[in-house]
Amino acid sequence: MAQLLKDGQVIDNSWITVAGDATEFPEGDLLVSLDQWLQQKTQLEQHRGSLGVWIDGNEEIEAVAELLLVSPVIAIKFPKFADGRGFSVARLLRERYTYKGEIRAIGEIIRDQLYLLRRCGFNAFEFGAQVNLAEASASLLDFSDAYQVAADQPVPLFKRR
Amino acid sequence: MYKYDQYDQKLVDERVEQFRGQTQRFLAGDITEDEFLPLRLQNGLYVQRLAPMLRIAVPYGLLSSVQVRKLADISRKFDKGYVHFTTRQNIQLNWPKLEEVPDILAELASVEMHAIQTSGNCIRNTTTDQFAGVAIDEIEDPRPWCEIIRQWSTVHPEFAFLPRKFKIAVCGSEEDRAAFLLHDIGLQLVKNKRGETGFQVFVGGGLGRTPVIASSIREFLPKEHLLTYLDAILRVYNRYGNRDNKYKARIKILVRAWTSEVFTERVEAEWVHLKDGPATLDGSEIGRVKSFFTSPDYLSVKEASVDSEVSALAAENRGFSRWLDRNVSAQKQPGYASVSLSLKPAGVAPGDVTDRQLEMIADLADRFSFGEIRSTHNQNIVLADVAKADLFQLWQLAKTSGLATPNIGTINDMICCPGGDYCSLANAKSIPVAEAIQRKFDDLDYVYDLGDLELNISGCMNACGHHHIGHIGILGVDKKGEEWYQIQLGGSANKDAALGKVLGPSLSRDAVTDSIEKLLDVYVENRLDQEAFLATYQRIGMEKFKQRVYGTAS
Repeated sequence: MAQLLKDGQVIDNSWITVAGDATEFPEGDLLVSLDQWLQQKTQLEQHRGSLGVWIDGNEEIEAVAELLLVSPVIAIKFPKFADGRGFSVARLLRERYTYKGEIRAIGEIIRDQLYLLRRCGFNAFEFGAQVNLAEASASLLDFSDAYQVAADQPVPLFKRR
Repeated sequence: MYKYDQYDQKLVDERVEQFRGQTQRFLAGDITEDEFLPLRLQNGLYVQRLAPMLRIAVPYGLLSSVQVRKLADISRKFDKGYVHFTTRQNIQLNWPKLEEVPDILAELASVEMHAIQTSGNCIRNTTTDQFAGVAIDEIEDPRPWCEIIRQWSTVHPEFAFLPRKFKIAVCGSEEDRAAFLLHDIGLQLVKNKRGETGFQVFVGGGLGRTPVIASSIREFLPKEHLLTYLDAILRVYNRYGNRDNKYKARIKILVRAWTSEVFTERVEAEWVHLKDGPATLDGSEIGRVKSFFTSPDYLSVKEASVDSEVSALAAENRGFSRWLDRNVSAQKQPGYASVSLSLKPAGVAPGDVTDRQLEMIADLADRFSFGEIRSTHNQNIVLADVAKADLFQLWQLAKTSGLATPNIGTINDMICCPGGDYCSLANAKSIPVAEAIQRKFDDLDYVYDLGDLELNISGCMNACGHHHIGHIGILGVDKKGEEWYQIQLGGSANKDAALGKVLGPSLSRDAVTDSIEKLLDVYVENRLDQEAFLATYQRIGMEKFKQRVYGTAS
């Protein structure tokens, strides 16, 4: 089974990400696209595994956030690692919509973004099979403190120093 | 100036170790070129035409003598014994070795310096007026606000992968010496009717391929809301800026596409959620940061008697008097003045200084200006707090180190990018053009008679040499594989910010200096009284200049 870095631990990834244009859903725990999540409700209600949703980093999250909050996992897809839109979307989910479930980074991310992704509210990370997750997890802790408020730290450094 | 506490120090130390690890993984082949690119850029490291280039941050242009000596030391140990001052008040090393960069960064961290976010698609060094804190026309000292922005922007978790680079400038005075209207965000310090400090917020200025003057999106932002408002602007830009085409990715393009009214509405709508949130500044933080920017221990001086001493020396010594005219400016404190050390002697690339000169600058700062040094966006050095009684001695010492060229604000004080000699983006060389102009106009009487004249040179349309805002701008262009130069007139970086207009077809390098001379002749023939070049151009327009250079009416 594929692996996942979640809450700093390497675990089995039980979730299958379903392509946005798929019409059939496989067995198991599924991350479905936003359109599928919103439009194929009846079909998905029959599904026996767990259901979560994945969205693109450029999603207008404000329009749909309330409908996603029941999902145990919201995965945010990075089309390129240098496309930073997903960072904002994760913060909005955590800080504006107080989403408490798993926020997972999928698509193109690199190890060296882990610290920043974590600060923005991501707590789970999918990488390609070539990445050693145990080694990569060291990058979650590249810095011991930060100046700014973010999803992981509601109090800015200037009120703590 | 600001002093690091354990938090600031730890962050830069951890950054060094982070980049050391990344560099090792890159050299071991564990990181691809594409993945390493933004990592090295956000630590200041470019790969240039001939060698890597490392850009070191000088937050809002402020340096201590200790830091300047360290830079001299680094340039000797890791480079060829000189450094380059940039138009963003930063410093560049032109010949570092990739594998040694982590060690250079560690040396910098030992004197509270770094290269964080000096390049890449992230929030860059915040710049301001080189006379901050001493300017007579100052509304409020911008430096504490620059430092607050520096801390907020450093390793900001949400804005490390923006559509494009992002530059912020703060202007604290009546006159603009920071070109703040040509930044992604320009902040003008203002006071409201009750005397409270705030900011007028301008967004979407910039040079580059599509030069734009920033639009005001908020008349008055109370100071405590600075960071939440910046977060709102950056979040809108991060989410909606163009990511498909890097030439349309700056915030100015988004502001233009949406109109500034719509952009403002989007920012204000985002800000509603952030306003009064935890990032709202409080008096104790503002006070803490301000406490680092107090006035030095000035001596009380009888200004009138010092002034007459200085005048007497100037009357006897023409060189000193010229230097006073061009390189010394008034400042708030009676009996004190600000001195510009010119980094533009003829024959040296504008902004370049040697290790020995850096040490001399540090010595002069210790002896005459409370150990503080400022870099300017015009690529010079300022010692801001010099007792007038010391001016003559300072001048003599600076002269022996080639730092007293009396050309500040003249045609020979040009802004110039590294150009095709160093930069892999450049279409044409710029340093030889600058040198040819300096050699052509070496008659000081003539140069002084021309008065204030900003001549800016960029080697390509990315406009690092700010050619759009020079009174005379020169742009290197590629014409069928050959280096040609386009001349523009009428740009201005001040409050009346204006972008230059193209004079005519581009010229060969040989023709540039002669054409500049013709432009100056037209100015001299047409000026009224003390009118400066820019004012004459604005009054008489382009045509006479054009006719003189190209010989025909069009």
